[in-house]
Amino acid sequence: MQKIKEFIIEKFIFICGIASIFFVVLIFLFLLKEGLAVFKFVKPLEFLLGKNWYPISEPAQLGILPLVLGSLLVTLGAAVISIPIGVGCAIYIAEIAPLKIKETLKAGIELLAAIPSVVLGFIGMVTLVPLVKNIFHLPTGLTALSGSIMLAFMAMPTIVSIAEDALYSVPKNYKEGAFALGATHWQTIWRVMLPAASSGILAAVMLGIGRVIGETMAVMMITGNAAIMPNSILSPVRTLTATIAAEMGEAVVGSEHYFALFAIGIVLFVISFIINVTADLFLHKDQK
Amino acid sequence: MKEKIITKNLNLWYGAFHALKNVNSNFSANRITAIIGPSGCGKSTLLRVFNRMNDLIEGVRMEGEVLTDGINILEARADLVVLRKKIGMVFQRPNPFPLSIYENIVFGAKIHADNIKKDRLDEIVETSLKSVLLWDELKDKLKKPALRLSLEQKQRLCIARLIAVTPDVLLMDEPCSTLDPQATARVEELMRELKSKYTIIIVTHNMQQAARVSDDTGFMLLGELIEFGETDKIFTAPKDKRTEDYITGRYG
Repeated sequence: MQKIKEFIIEKFIFICGIASIFFVVLIFLFLLKEGLAVFKFVKPLEFLLGKNWYPISEPAQLGILPLVLGSLLVTLGAAVISIPIGVGCAIYIAEIAPLKIKETLKAGIELLAAIPSVVLGFIGMVTLVPLVKNIFHLPTGLTALSGSIMLAFMAMPTIVSIAEDALYSVPKNYKEGAFALGATHWQTIWRVMLPAASSGILAAVMLGIGRVIGETMAVMMITGNAAIMPNSILSPVRTLTATIAAEMGEAVVGSEHYFALFAIGIVLFVISFIINVTADLFLHKDQK
Repeated sequence: MKEKIITKNLNLWYGAFHALKNVNSNFSANRITAIIGPSGCGKSTLLRVFNRMNDLIEGVRMEGEVLTDGINILEARADLVVLRKKIGMVFQRPNPFPLSIYENIVFGAKIHADNIKKDRLDEIVETSLKSVLLWDELKDKLKKPALRLSLEQKQRLCIARLIAVTPDVLLMDEPCSTLDPQATARVEELMRELKSKYTIIIVTHNMQQAARVSDDTGFMLLGELIEFGETDKIFTAPKDKRTEDYITGRYG
C-alpha cells in the first residue's frame, strides 16, 4: 500500500515538473505555426523592414519596422532614465542609507512594483501627458517620451532590487581592504564595489529592460498608438506589444493580418528570449 | 628605540561591552611587535584601533589617546585617509580586489593622486612586487585576475598592495592563519626583511609564531594588556602568572 502511494506521488510530481516545459513548447509551436504562415503573403525582409503597417488596406501592407522602432525608442528612453536612477538608488540603499531610511526605501520600491501597469498608465495619461505636451509645445502629449518615463517607473523596482542584492553580496573584506588603503567611501564604491558587483548589476539592467519591452497596457494608453515611422522621441509611436493587444480582437482568424500579429509575437518572443539569456549569462558568471 | 605608536589609557566599548580596558603600550619603530592572547581577548580590536577600522562597526566608542608621530588619532578631526595611508593593514583572509594583479597594486596610488604617469605606475608595481618576492613569479601575468592566485600569493599581493602606498606601519591581523606551514614560514621571512623599513604589529593566536618572528610581545586577556616587553623576556621569564599560564599552554 505504502509503495503504491509512493509511486503515485512520485509520478504526480514528475508530471508537475515537466508540465511547465510541455506548455512552453506547445505555446512556442503554436506561435511558430500561426506566425510563420504570414510569409505566404509577405517576404521576411519586407515584413521586418517594411515601413508601412496598413494591415487592413487592400492590398495589406505588413511592414513592422515602425512598430519595432517604436518599441526600441520607448525602451531606449526608459533605459536611459531608469538605469542611472535605479543603480544610483541601489547604491544608496546598499551602501549609504542609514538603516531606517533603507527599510522605508525598500518597502517603497516593493510598493512601486505592486502598482498594476494599467493604473500607472492611467495616472500617466492624466498627469504626465499634459505636462509633456505643455513643456515641449506639442500638438499631443501622447509620445514615446511619455511612454519612456512611465516605463522607467516599471523597470526601476526590478533594477533596484536586483542591483542592491548584487552590491549587498560583495564580500565585506573587499570593502575593508579598500578602506584600509585609505580609500574614501565613494572611491570604495566606484573602484571596488561596482566592479565586483558588475555582473549582477548588468543582469539587473537586462531584466529591467526585459520588463519594459514586454509591457503592454501602459504604453498602449500613453504613447499615442500611431503606427508611423517615429522621427524623434517626441513623436507618437506604437510598440509591438500594443499592436497585438489593440488589433487581435478585430483581425479575422486565418487572414494575413491575423498571421502577421502572431509573427510579431515571435519577434517579441525572440527579443525577450535574448534579453533573458543575456541576463542569465551575467548572473551565472557571477556565481563562478 | 624610537616609539611609533603610543596608547594611553585606551578604552573601547562595543555598545555596552567593554572590549579594551586601560591599555597602555609603546610600539617601537622598525621592530616587529606581536600581540598574543586567547580568542576574544581584544587583540584584533586593539590592532583595528590603530587605523580606525573599528569605525566601520556601529556603536563603537573609544576613550584615551593613541599617539603616532605626536598626533592623537582618536580625535574626531583626525584625517582617516592620511592615517590609513600611513598605517596599512593586512587581513586574516587575503582580500585582493576582483581586479587584475596590476590594478590591485596601483589601487592605492590611484586613489591618493590623480593622473599618475603609466611609467610611474609600472615602477610602483615592480618595486612593490619585488619587495614581497613575487616579481619573478608574476611579472608575465600582471593582467591576470588576482583572484586566481594561490592563497600565499594573494596574501603577498595584499602586502605588496599596501607597500605601494608607502606606509610607515604594517598592521597584520593573523596574516598566516589561512596558509600552510611552508607558506607561513616564507611570509614570516618576508616580515623580517620588511622590518628595516616598517614598524610591524602582528596579531597572532600562534605563540610559536610570535616567538619566532617578533622582537616585542604583548599579552592580552579579557581586554587588558597584561604584560608587554621584549619577546625573549616574555617567553622565558614572564612577570605575570597569567602570562606564564598562557604561554605554557594552561589555557587559550
